[in-house]
Amino acid sequence: METVHTATPLLALLASLIGAFLIIFTGGKRPNLREFWTILAAVTQFALICSMLPHVLQGKIVEYTFIEIYKGITLQLRVDTFGMIFALLASCLWIVVSVYSIGYMRTLKEHSQTRYFFCFALALFGATGVALAGNLLTLYMFYEILTIATFPLVAHQETPEAIKAGRKYLVYLLTGATFILFAMGLTYYLTGTLDFAPGGFIAGHGSKELLSLLFVAFIIGFGSKAAIMPLHEWLPSAMIAPAPVSALLHAVAVVKAGVFCCLRVILYIFGPEVLSDLGLWITLAYFVSFTVIVANIIALTQDNLKRRLAFSTINNLSIIILGAALLSSQGIKGAMLHIPFHGFMKITLFMCAGAIYVKTRLENISEMEGIGRQMPITMAAFTIGAAGLTGIPPVCGFISKWYLCLGTLEAQEILFLMVLLASALLDGAYFFPVIYGAFFKKSKGIKSTFDEAPVLVVAPIVITAIGSLLFGLFPDAFIHFFQLAALSAKNILGG
Amino acid sequence: MIVEQFPVLIVVAPLILAFIVNVVGLWNRRLCFYIVFIALSACLVFSLGILNTVLTQGEPIHYRLGNWQPPWGIEYVIDHLNALILVSVAIISLLVAVYAKRSLEQEIHESKLPQFYTLFLLQVTGLLGITATGDMFNLYVLLEIASFSAYAIIAMGERGADFAAFRYVLFGTIGACAYLLGTGYLYILTGSLNMVDVAHLLPQAFYSKALLVGLAFFVVGVGIKMGMFPLHIWLPDAYTLAPSAVSALLAPLFTKVGAYVIIRIMFTVFDPSFSLALYPVADILGWIAAIGILFACIMALAQSDLKRMLCYVIVAEMGYILIGIASANRLGLTGAILHIVNDMFMMACLFTVAGAIFYQTGTRNINQFRYLHRTMPITLAVFVVGALSVVGVPPLCGFFSKWYLILGAIQAQKWVLLAVLLISSLIYAILFFRVIECAYLEPREAHNHAYDGGHPTPTLDRVPISMLAPMVLIAAGIILLGIFSGKIIVHIIEFAIPATL
Repeated sequence: METVHTATPLLALLASLIGAFLIIFTGGKRPNLREFWTILAAVTQFALICSMLPHVLQGKIVEYTFIEIYKGITLQLRVDTFGMIFALLASCLWIVVSVYSIGYMRTLKEHSQTRYFFCFALALFGATGVALAGNLLTLYMFYEILTIATFPLVAHQETPEAIKAGRKYLVYLLTGATFILFAMGLTYYLTGTLDFAPGGFIAGHGSKELLSLLFVAFIIGFGSKAAIMPLHEWLPSAMIAPAPVSALLHAVAVVKAGVFCCLRVILYIFGPEVLSDLGLWITLAYFVSFTVIVANIIALTQDNLKRRLAFSTINNLSIIILGAALLSSQGIKGAMLHIPFHGFMKITLFMCAGAIYVKTRLENISEMEGIGRQMPITMAAFTIGAAGLTGIPPVCGFISKWYLCLGTLEAQEILFLMVLLASALLDGAYFFPVIYGAFFKKSKGIKSTFDEAPVLVVAPIVITAIGSLLFGLFPDAFIHFFQLAALSAKNILGG
Repeated sequence: MIVEQFPVLIVVAPLILAFIVNVVGLWNRRLCFYIVFIALSACLVFSLGILNTVLTQGEPIHYRLGNWQPPWGIEYVIDHLNALILVSVAIISLLVAVYAKRSLEQEIHESKLPQFYTLFLLQVTGLLGITATGDMFNLYVLLEIASFSAYAIIAMGERGADFAAFRYVLFGTIGACAYLLGTGYLYILTGSLNMVDVAHLLPQAFYSKALLVGLAFFVVGVGIKMGMFPLHIWLPDAYTLAPSAVSALLAPLFTKVGAYVIIRIMFTVFDPSFSLALYPVADILGWIAAIGILFACIMALAQSDLKRMLCYVIVAEMGYILIGIASANRLGLTGAILHIVNDMFMMACLFTVAGAIFYQTGTRNINQFRYLHRTMPITLAVFVVGALSVVGVPPLCGFFSKWYLILGAIQAQKWVLLAVLLISSLIYAILFFRVIECAYLEPREAHNHAYDGGHPTPTLDRVPISMLAPMVLIAAGIILLGIFSGKIIVHIIEFAIPATL
């Protein structure tokens, strides 16, 4: 595979890092300048990542080696097709969420906004770094930065519950990181390298038992961030954070980084051959299927809108891992597509929840009856997102779910097809009461005249909703998610 | 050439200047600091020169005092290992000296300043000498110079410090005796005190029980001085009650230099094939380290005094270094040596922060750190860097030494040690995030968004720049050491590990 050596990946990362420090040095006295830095950093980062897209689409790899740490270990950024998907998603949605954050935070007159935007930029630095990391050590580094940068965001409200949620978040994720550290050490000891390779590099190193142990340690480690049950507890608690943070957590940075890392482990460290030899894929598939179904059932019982969305996220993350665990080409393609597509749809839903909160201070679904009359744009976007997550065409969720279903058929595992279909049904079951209530029920104390949230809040919602629709109609539009996913699947299974 | 005299100058220069400080102090107290500053800057130059010489010539420097031939005369032998430690000690002591100038104002009466600076320089003399010397008895002498100045300088601290120092005297003297006995045993067996010479003669005596007793005395003696569990009992009191600048000097340096001595004795004087393979020394050290780390971590959790908490962290960090030694392979020892250097910076960082917070707010109680992020943003940023490094977040230096320690434990198949390394990083995370949470997050009512009244308005730190600058430099050092740890390993530590390992 051809390699292009340039510093562009580093510059893309530096955009958010420098942005973060510009934000903190500007401080709260000049909020407009501070927010300008956020937007500038986000746009710069997106542009730099897009500039690498043509190389990656031609099958080349963009590489930048920072420094060699030890024999066979470098700090290295290496952009491949799969990393590109996540990097594009993170940097693209960062622009949208930044605009939304400004609207949200200013309308609510939130405290500590400088810290908020600083940590936000730092979290994006971490997430993009995870996407662009060329080996496990670099990935771990950015993974940790992401974890720690998100802690102040989760605890942002500084109420006792928020602080408790923040602690819970740290306990789960740092414990996970310990498992990763152990697994990483063992991997290096066994293979002498940590560089990702499509199709895995661990084959032939170590006994069956040792490799199984290693895989379990990796999945526990990254699974804590991907909220695989029973490691999911922190995610619903973290819903105490402001809505843009939840949007970031769910759609872009944190949990997606967890899933991204799980896929890296499954497809780029172990690889389909080793996993089918060990028989571990089926264990993992059962495990995440359990999460898919149980999370959906719990979601049905939640009245708090954000908590319901949180369980929906847990379900969708596990669907992505399920698709990859099937080790079939269509399944991998579907899983990789579901990462950005779910990101677009889920961010829409969370931003809608935030818009409703900004306007009405309502958080519970039972109190939102009739809100569709007051906030029709928001609720229309919500409907698009919800329909997509249920898998209704032409929203993009349909495309990814279609490939996931094809993947189960290709792997000849009808049971997992059932799981996917059941989860789609349950998705519908907990989303449609919200939509029905909003548009068709009589309102209790909610205005029935048009009164939307501020433009800065609504515009991003409209953009991501339209994005979800567009990607459903043209999955390869603009930033070529479809082509990237197809190329990755080909590399992994063919290479 | 003057460069050839650096190995002795690095010890003699601060020693002589220490007495000059005392005399000059009678006449003008303000000059004392500048003499100390000049002395330590000179030490830094000397140490860099030594490191440069070692790196270019690629083999150890042998410096004979008074040109007496070894093994009769005293010889200073500086190889990659002690050159690295010398540079680190020189950097940290210089930065702490600058930091000390203003931080002392509140803690020590002005009339005592000349004595303080004398002891400060003597302390550094001892530490640099321990590191530079190649003679076992000379090491004892310098160890006692360092210890005695430590006893006195700790006793200058707050109420109760004199008692803590007295306890330290008792323990430290036992340690010194044990070290001296160990030296005696080796002298009986080999008739020599020169480390290289002893190492040469010792294989004839490898099966002698007396040798094993000698090694045990060494480990116990140095173990007391470096605060190795369970011989650390004197440490928390002494370092907590000492003046801030003193703990910032002693806590990072003295303990680490002790760890250096252990490595020197086990891997240079004794052959690894004896000290590690013939007897289960490595296993014993490993178990001591494992229990010590867990014990110290739990004790640290129970503290509300920041400095005392950090003291227990030091005891745990010593366990980390011992784990590297106990792994008894190249990776583990790489981790141990790297950790000696890294931990000097991390502990210096955290102790200077504790001192700065005490300087501005007069408290070390973690629960009173509320709203501190409004008034001490820079200090807390430095603290976060140091804390995350101890927890082991890459790219800060603490991660990389931990990484090699983990690899070493895996390679040695010592799963208990591996588990302890991992669990202790989790406890560290709790430990430090507790402080970070107290300092950064403010208690608020639900949905009370713009609530801002009644709290200190945000300002920059009111700590003098001469205290802030060293702290920021140390924090920068933590980041740089992390990023360039590969270079340090490839160019220095690789050569510092005995080839037989």
